[in-house]
Amino acid sequence: MQAFELLQPADTREAIELSARTKGAAFIAGGTNVVDLMKCGVASPSTLIDITRLPLAAIDVEPDRLRIGALVLNSAVAHHPVVVEQFPMLAEAFLAGASPQLRNMATIGGNVLQRTRCPYFRDPAAACNKRHPGDGCDALEGLHRMHAILGTSDACIATHASDAAVALVALDAILEIQGPSSARRVSLEEFYSFPGDTPNVENDLRPGELIVAIEIPRGRAHKHSTYLKVRDRASYEFALVSVAAGLDFDGDRIGDARIALGGVGTIPWRVRAAEDALLDSEGDSAYERAAQIALEHAVPRRDNGFKIELAKRAIVRALETVRRGQ
Amino acid sequence: MTTIVSDKPFVGTPVDRVDGRLKVTGQAQYTADTPVEHVAYAVMVTSTIARGKIGSIDSSEAREVAGVLQIFTHENSPRFTQPEADFMNALVPAQSFMPLQSDEIIHYGQQIAVVVAETFEAARAAAARVRVAYEAGHPLLSPDDAEAQRTKPEQFFGSMLQTERGDVEKYLEGAAATLDARYTTPTQFHNPMEPHATVAQWNGSKLTIHEPSQWVKGVQNYVATIFKMPVEDVHVISPFVGGGFGNKGFSFPHTILAAMAARELKRPVKLLMTRAQLFGQTGHRPRTEQRLRIGAQKDGKLVAIDHTSTIEASLAGWFVEPSGRITPMLYSCPNVRMSHEAVWLNVPAPGPMRAPGETPGTFALESALDELAAKLGVDPIELRVKNDTSHDEEGNRPFSSRHLVECFRAGATRFGWKDRPKKPRERREHNEYVGYGVATATFPGLRSPASARVRRDNGRFLVEVATHDIGTGMYSIIAQVAADALGVGIEQIECRIGDSSLPPAPVAGGSMSTASVMPAVQAACLKLRESGANEAEASTMPGDEQERYSFHSFGAQFVEVRVDETLGRVRVARALGVFDCGKIVNPKTARSQFLGGIVFGIGMALMEDGVFDRRSGRVITDNLADYRIPVNADIGEIEAIAVEHPDFLLNPLGVRGVGEIGTTGVAAAIANAVYNATGKRVRDLPITPDKLL
Repeated sequence: MQAFELLQPADTREAIELSARTKGAAFIAGGTNVVDLMKCGVASPSTLIDITRLPLAAIDVEPDRLRIGALVLNSAVAHHPVVVEQFPMLAEAFLAGASPQLRNMATIGGNVLQRTRCPYFRDPAAACNKRHPGDGCDALEGLHRMHAILGTSDACIATHASDAAVALVALDAILEIQGPSSARRVSLEEFYSFPGDTPNVENDLRPGELIVAIEIPRGRAHKHSTYLKVRDRASYEFALVSVAAGLDFDGDRIGDARIALGGVGTIPWRVRAAEDALLDSEGDSAYERAAQIALEHAVPRRDNGFKIELAKRAIVRALETVRRGQ
Repeated sequence: MTTIVSDKPFVGTPVDRVDGRLKVTGQAQYTADTPVEHVAYAVMVTSTIARGKIGSIDSSEAREVAGVLQIFTHENSPRFTQPEADFMNALVPAQSFMPLQSDEIIHYGQQIAVVVAETFEAARAAAARVRVAYEAGHPLLSPDDAEAQRTKPEQFFGSMLQTERGDVEKYLEGAAATLDARYTTPTQFHNPMEPHATVAQWNGSKLTIHEPSQWVKGVQNYVATIFKMPVEDVHVISPFVGGGFGNKGFSFPHTILAAMAARELKRPVKLLMTRAQLFGQTGHRPRTEQRLRIGAQKDGKLVAIDHTSTIEASLAGWFVEPSGRITPMLYSCPNVRMSHEAVWLNVPAPGPMRAPGETPGTFALESALDELAAKLGVDPIELRVKNDTSHDEEGNRPFSSRHLVECFRAGATRFGWKDRPKKPRERREHNEYVGYGVATATFPGLRSPASARVRRDNGRFLVEVATHDIGTGMYSIIAQVAADALGVGIEQIECRIGDSSLPPAPVAGGSMSTASVMPAVQAACLKLRESGANEAEASTMPGDEQERYSFHSFGAQFVEVRVDETLGRVRVARALGVFDCGKIVNPKTARSQFLGGIVFGIGMALMEDGVFDRRSGRVITDNLADYRIPVNADIGEIEAIAVEHPDFLLNPLGVRGVGEIGTTGVAAAIANAVYNATGKRVRDLPITPDKLL
């Protein structure tokens, strides 16, 4: 870890101004990710801008949406009664991530920006196109049991690590982003970039911009939803495969469906084609077909081929679980 | 102060840890927290290739970091001679070469520089700025690499690694039932809670070392030999140790690097290891491939066993996991062959880890016996009972005390073994198949010479011995034994341990401390009481009973698993260990040892998997997220009980050790239960979801 300067702005405007004019600056909120990366030598910001004093920690329950301030703690989202009642997949996704200690520090704004756990990304001595474009990717031939099978490229197969972001893309979440001169709203699903030839570019956040809130519109399938995470141990563990699933029925027929996958994609993986396959079906028989569609473009490598079958089974299980709960 | 002396002895009662309050209130001082005036901080730089040479080291950028005092490399470090291992004289270097002596690289993560600075932060920042250019060679990282040398090691601390009795091939061929199966166990890392650290402080020609250690005498001899000093001029202090599981037993060279830096800079040095550095620089359990060929009669009586082990050994070390060692001893069988082959690779030096040999060995042998039982349609417990013996057929002498069958019978009743699913896939609850499994646990009953001193001190008694409490409860059981021998209350006893200047005791390894140290403590206390003197010292040692009997502990491991086959998830819902370890000095601390051992086994069975990158040789899983050990949520109901048959042939207290046996057999019992649940036999640990889809 290298020496750095710590700035503590009092309001959002000042924070953004500091960020825009300070070369090599990074924001820090809970610090659960950036400090970790600083310790392993992957991140070395010259300046950290502490945003924890900014007034961005409220959850507003509005008639047509939920608006969650970027600084709301993971644990606070997970235990908020409206989230638990109306958006169970989000509460469950947050509780499935990390450990209580981390959830009490980490913020939802930081969570959507969580970096990958790829061990080659985290090792400055390894080749990684995400850290140094053009250096190559040691994960391709190295240990990649945990790596992505969807959205990969020859340059990068790193998995997006967040659980919450999987539920958030399933819920059509929208980011409120404040920049030096203007504010904008962008759908979280569109916010993320595929690695392609530029795995160093992970999202659409521009220099000086700060995520200030995340909005979740109310949707039919949101209330009847779950987050299923399959992992190597019961807690404090990244997903082998995870599924955020929601269903709403018109009588016997599915009227609204949500499926997003974690642990398998280079970005949180919403699968609209699989959702469409469920619409107007009677459920059960369609689950397998939806699972098939969700994984049809998967590209396995030596160690992670099992994720295809595991993901299919997890999709079916998650949909069955939601169905049973109705 | 009035003291109530109970008629009831303290030995055998569940006394609370006497050091418990110090630990939970943060007053127990661990090495890294040792306050030292004018101390400098050392951080190690390690290689990022596994084989080759250092072309050049550029420290110029690192030296620009404010507060840097010195950067030691092979170009400016003093020369040291690598000492030969001499276990009988308490000298066992884990690594076979000294760092910073040449430009040669033997494994990834090898120590190649030490940065010393005024603060830890400056040392760490500078360490990241040391630039190294390498001339990399082709590292030997796979046992399949044709270039890797293969040897057949003869011995492991005096016990043979290649043996044969009878005619194995002939009886395998003629057996009514046979089995031929291969099992693998992965590289494992100890991961004690407390990372290694060393504080080195010179005072003229004398050196004080603070270090978490399982063997203060071992560190003392190692340091004295390398610095060519009189042994008594090296003082090793290690009052509290935050776990070890074997990786603080043998000597590792970071101790020398700290002492060297302190000597060169003429000021105390505190060297702190990172968690990542614990993966590779403090030993590991090497990966094993084991093949078992077993022949049996129709009724399950064993007629022949061939157990071959291929072990990934290190060109940086010498240790070979003795995974086959249990097989010639554990059951009655006339024809047995056991052999080990070591494949020498560019990986860091391994070392002993909680039940070296027995832990991977019981996974293979006890899985194979379960497979045999299934083939024969015999109850797995009855198969073991059928082959039980009171005679160690390898050592050709009787066991001093063996109650394995009692462990199985008692465990079967308590666990409800009769209600088990009789065949795979028989019981399903919701999404999960239910399976039961058993396996035998075993560990030698070792004893070494030890000495102890006791002193009157204003109505209290100070007991001193150079033994260790690595979280095991040693402080407490010394107090119990001393209080009984002196006929006083336990609160009148004070213990000083973990200090090389005290009367000698063996390594806190091989589960031998209790059996070795308690006789010495008892003898010293009785001597003091009988003589009325102010001070008494006693030395005790094993005698010719070692020639006449075979000393081993045994146990039976029971587990119930729940397997969600669709998702490949395994939960150990219940575990029960029943152990035959002689007299139990403290049922409370012993139970903690057994439970911890079983948790250790659950981690081995279901998640631990240390991986060296197949191209670079780096330990890819060098943190507690990527190297998985169980968390609380992974652990169901665990129970441990002891059948107490004091082993007075081993020592006057009838005690054997309890530290390692709890781990043995657990992985096999879980794999066997997974088979019972699903019909799937997993022979390659860990049993992760991908292996059950």
